[in-house]
Amino acid sequence: MAEKTIQNLEEVTIRFAGDSGDGMQLTGTQFTNTTAILGNDLSTLPDYPAEIRAPAGTLFGVSGFQIHFGSTEINTPGDQCDVLVAMNAAALKVNLGSLIDGGTIIANSDGFNDKNLKLAGYASNPLTDGSLQKYHLHSVDITKLTGLAIQDMNLSSKLVDRSKNFFALGMMYWMYNRPMESTIDWIEKKFGNKPEIKEANLRVLKAGWNFSETTEIFAVRYEVGPAKLAPGKYRNITGNQALAWGLIAASKKAKLDLFLGSYPITPASDILHELSVYKHFGVKTFQAEDEIAGVTSALGASFGGALGVTTTSGPGVALKTEAIGLAVMVELPLIIVNVQRGGPSTGLPTKTEQADLLQSLYGRNGEAPVPIIAAATPADCFETAFEASRIALKYMTPIFCLSDGYLGNGSEPWLIPDYNALPEIAPKFRTEKEGFFPYSRDEQTLSRPWAIPGTPGLEHRIGGLEKQHITGNVNYEPLNHEFMIKMRAEKIERIANEIPLAKVEGDSQGDLLVVGWGGTYGSIKSAVAHHRQKGNSVSHLHLRWLNPMPRNVGEILYKFKHILIPELNLGQLVKVLRAKYLVPAVGLNKIQGLPFKSIEIESKIEEILRGSK
Amino acid sequence: MSVLVDEVMKLSPPPSDQKASSKDFQSDQDVRWCPGCGDYSILAQTQRVMPDLGIPRHRMVFVSGIGCSSRFPYYMNTYGFHSIHGRATAIASGLKMARPELSMWVVTGDGDGLSIGGNHMIHLLRRNLDINVLLFNNQIYGLTKGQYSPTSEKGKITKSTPFGSIDYPFNPAALALGSSATFVARTLDRDPKHMQAIIKRAAEHKGTSFVEVYQNCNVFNDGAFFQFTEKDTKDDTAVYLEHGKPLTFGKEKDKGIRLNGFSPEVVSLKDGKWSVNDLLVHNEKDTTLSFILADMTYKAGLPRPIGIFLAIDRPVYEQEMVRQIAFAQEKRGDGDMVKLLNSGDTWTVQ
Repeated sequence: MAEKTIQNLEEVTIRFAGDSGDGMQLTGTQFTNTTAILGNDLSTLPDYPAEIRAPAGTLFGVSGFQIHFGSTEINTPGDQCDVLVAMNAAALKVNLGSLIDGGTIIANSDGFNDKNLKLAGYASNPLTDGSLQKYHLHSVDITKLTGLAIQDMNLSSKLVDRSKNFFALGMMYWMYNRPMESTIDWIEKKFGNKPEIKEANLRVLKAGWNFSETTEIFAVRYEVGPAKLAPGKYRNITGNQALAWGLIAASKKAKLDLFLGSYPITPASDILHELSVYKHFGVKTFQAEDEIAGVTSALGASFGGALGVTTTSGPGVALKTEAIGLAVMVELPLIIVNVQRGGPSTGLPTKTEQADLLQSLYGRNGEAPVPIIAAATPADCFETAFEASRIALKYMTPIFCLSDGYLGNGSEPWLIPDYNALPEIAPKFRTEKEGFFPYSRDEQTLSRPWAIPGTPGLEHRIGGLEKQHITGNVNYEPLNHEFMIKMRAEKIERIANEIPLAKVEGDSQGDLLVVGWGGTYGSIKSAVAHHRQKGNSVSHLHLRWLNPMPRNVGEILYKFKHILIPELNLGQLVKVLRAKYLVPAVGLNKIQGLPFKSIEIESKIEEILRGSK
Repeated sequence: MSVLVDEVMKLSPPPSDQKASSKDFQSDQDVRWCPGCGDYSILAQTQRVMPDLGIPRHRMVFVSGIGCSSRFPYYMNTYGFHSIHGRATAIASGLKMARPELSMWVVTGDGDGLSIGGNHMIHLLRRNLDINVLLFNNQIYGLTKGQYSPTSEKGKITKSTPFGSIDYPFNPAALALGSSATFVARTLDRDPKHMQAIIKRAAEHKGTSFVEVYQNCNVFNDGAFFQFTEKDTKDDTAVYLEHGKPLTFGKEKDKGIRLNGFSPEVVSLKDGKWSVNDLLVHNEKDTTLSFILADMTYKAGLPRPIGIFLAIDRPVYEQEMVRQIAFAQEKRGDGDMVKLLNSGDTWTVQ
């Protein structure tokens, strides 16, 4: 047996691709969890179609999972992949473009039969016609080898077909020197009551490993050492799970019941699923009959003293709009989570986008200001949800908590916070009868008292009609209306008292400031870092708070010659900043249902810097 | 239950010897319905019944949508929420799930509850939360000044149907029964004693109580129900449902309803052919019978059934929710945030 050389890598990007239904998401998730436990920094991008199980072999049915991991700081799922594992011809066709020149292809040759080639639009077999010369191509009959590994078990060909993803996983584990224990444990637990399938999957996983170790086709094996993360305890977490936990944590801090009124919608459903498991935390989850019932039941619960939450995506926010306006009028806490996806209308349910900022700012009829906070990374969803809850409760207001499909489904290592060190959330229910008025105002926050039904002596009525200042009686007087409009706007503005000042990464002044919000954080950070390494005068400002904004944003913007705002939309934050601060900011706009590649932002920065010379 | 909410609930003053009066339930707001509106009567009867329920005012909530009906909460000295069109049932559901101990009332109308609010209504009924729904059916849109509603009769000429409505109307009782409602009743604004009795039964019922109130809008649809409420006609046009009693009507109780196969028909008790023993006997617990009775509503030649169509028991939604939570807490112990955050595959960086 030839000696295998071991090569150290600082970072690598692998993409697993196959039919939806081939288990690519499972394979990717398993590889991710193992990689996380090893201490690598990582970022992931699940990329799958909206349909449940598209016809096998089709281009539109290809499901992919990309993981970028390393011993260095990892901020993006990788512009391109170094290794492409393609389970069939369609997977290769769709994903070849994202493989670097000279990259490695591991192709399941069985998935390149005539039928598959035809469906993928190949005139000849790329595995044999020489067209893949510039790559390291490894053509392996994974299907056959999988079958051989379990042939004495006499399983149906369907079951054999379903386990081949574990063969590919085993191969990758060997290639990147990852231990298999975590996946073995997972298989044993998951298929505990299906001994045949458990046995089959375990055998196939090990067969994949053994194949890579024994075969001559792989001469090199790779090591990717642990990253220098800040000391502490870590776990890997997806954005949706982190968001759910942030909400629970906030409700526990506040000593309130968490009430979720929600309706299934991609890509937010997982938050509903996650929260529905935590009944022992007293979490009440209500799968309502529609989006509107989801938000109105949450608002009703808030009226009763719960922490009312509704989770959805763009189309759901559109439906909830009237109810959000009602929440503005009745001034009750309500967290509206929007895990943004490609729009407009039904759009691209499983693809990421960030085109709901203007909807969040301006979507209601009349002047109905709603604060907005947006998460920057998957793990950041925890703190974002926690903070959204804290502000909603303190200022008695609905609030948008924005995430997106990439953050929601993507994952990264998370430095587990000390629950006891999290900020205090201390809402108070009004109980004192003396001097109670439903619309009297706290001097500092301008919030009204929270007098919940069941409190003796404080019986009052709230509603969507305009209110008289202090008394809360229905009132149509002209000056009162204008006063109340301004009062509600001022209340939201005062949240800026709580927001930490914006921090610039890099120099506080210079040629170019790249400003971003939401899930573009990693790509922008990476791009700016590359330019700074070259000595260019580029800095990065990331905004978590979009409404209100930190008080110092204007003064930061004015210190730069150019402002670039990369967004996954046609230009939304750029419009807001231009209008608010009168700066000639320009946008870099990508609306393809994919995150920015770091290189795309780098090129644009290059272009601006060159042009300004 | 949240610790903070628990503390508020402990604040309740002990029940005093002096019973509340209907005046206690009147808020300080001037009632602004049109003079002669049937809503005044419904408000008065509700305020008269509330003291008898033995529930303190501060534990009652009235949630409404949009419409003349929905101005109701402002006039009740309880907690109230005048919300958005059609959504009172959903808001009330959320509030009830968060606070099962509150006495929840939804006040709605034929437009608010059955047009825009139709979807939330049927889901509330099928879920069976312990909420009392008072639906003021005046067969018109009053607040917006006279368009037809989902319960308006076909051919009705209104502002939006100058050539006559081509819509077939909903039968609210049948709709509720079709949604598996556990309590369905119909009463009249102009029969105060009957309305009080129905409201009381609705309050006592554990589950969603659907009460349709025939309400006269004297400005935009005057007289819609006079045949059932006015002295000279009501005896012959309405049949009162009383559990365990045969269905008789007429000034001298000389007419009755019998089932011919599955179809109700009117028979005379005077001509010697039929006696009271041949008549349909009402049974509040019989769901099949309730459908037959509800179906009488728009049938020509049959009197309009008034009273309680159905009153049965089914698990109450928010109680099931509470039970599941208690079960989960028993099985897994109270949730520990520190434990949760540190769960799963973790690793430590030195």
